[in-house]
Amino acid sequence: MLNQITDSLNFQSDALRLRSERQRLLASNIANGDTPGYVAKDFDFSAVLRQATGKVSAAQNPLNLGGPGRPTLAMAGTSGGHLQRTGQLAGDRPETELSYSVQAMSNLDNNTVDMDRERANFTDNTVRYEATLRFINSQVKTLNAAITGQ
Amino acid sequence: MSMFKIFNVAGSAVSAQAQRLNVVASNLANADTVAGPDGSPYKARHVVFTTQPMGDAGTAGVTVSNVTEDNSPGRRIHDPKHPQADAEGYVTYSNVNPVEEMVNMISASRSYQNNVEVMNTAKSLLMKTLQMGQGS
Repeated sequence: MLNQITDSLNFQSDALRLRSERQRLLASNIANGDTPGYVAKDFDFSAVLRQATGKVSAAQNPLNLGGPGRPTLAMAGTSGGHLQRTGQLAGDRPETELSYSVQAMSNLDNNTVDMDRERANFTDNTVRYEATLRFINSQVKTLNAAITGQ
Repeated sequence: MSMFKIFNVAGSAVSAQAQRLNVVASNLANADTVAGPDGSPYKARHVVFTTQPMGDAGTAGVTVSNVTEDNSPGRRIHDPKHPQADAEGYVTYSNVNPVEEMVNMISASRSYQNNVEVMNTAKSLLMKTLQMGQGS
């Protein structure tokens, strides 16, 4: 029973963490809107969230070379200090994979920031971050109501 | 908390854009300058922006790496009565292009506003995150 409560809160906290990371990326893109040669970066939120919450099938996961049903090539990390194949500590969360956004119009100074799109993405991400916060808040409220029993 | 980095990123962009605005202002102020203290006419200046990585992957601010001088020849106007006129009666003014500078100014001010907006949004999100789980 209790792990159901924490599982659902863990999911929301993963989502919140990824939203804040995306917010940071979009802020970097907006900040570098006038820098020559800057390449705009972003990541696929749903794919990364699936990866972070472990709800990715073996075939979809690029880090899992073993395929479905076969043992994976990931090394066992029995201690938080053990290095993974990717060079990260076993205790660390996997680094989100960044990709480059495709530009709609080419620029003479090789800057690929599309300011309209970045602004739209930034606002969208803000709203979704707040939505995640509200989900957490209402879950906490529900739990409180259950605990007080009034 | 990765969101705090947004203030560093947007702050670096705001200060870079402010420096760009400064340079534009000095260019515009000197658009009709004839000769500087060293005897040669004022040369238009331009800032060079460079990406400045800030720790985590993908987090990048901006910094002004260099301020370059425009070496194109200045405007020459025939005015023999002017005290700075040369032997042929021409006065050399600065090479500032006011139209270009105005466009640069509008672009800089828009970018500045953009980054201020980013900081405000990040601040309000962080404030709401602080109030997480407090009823509301």
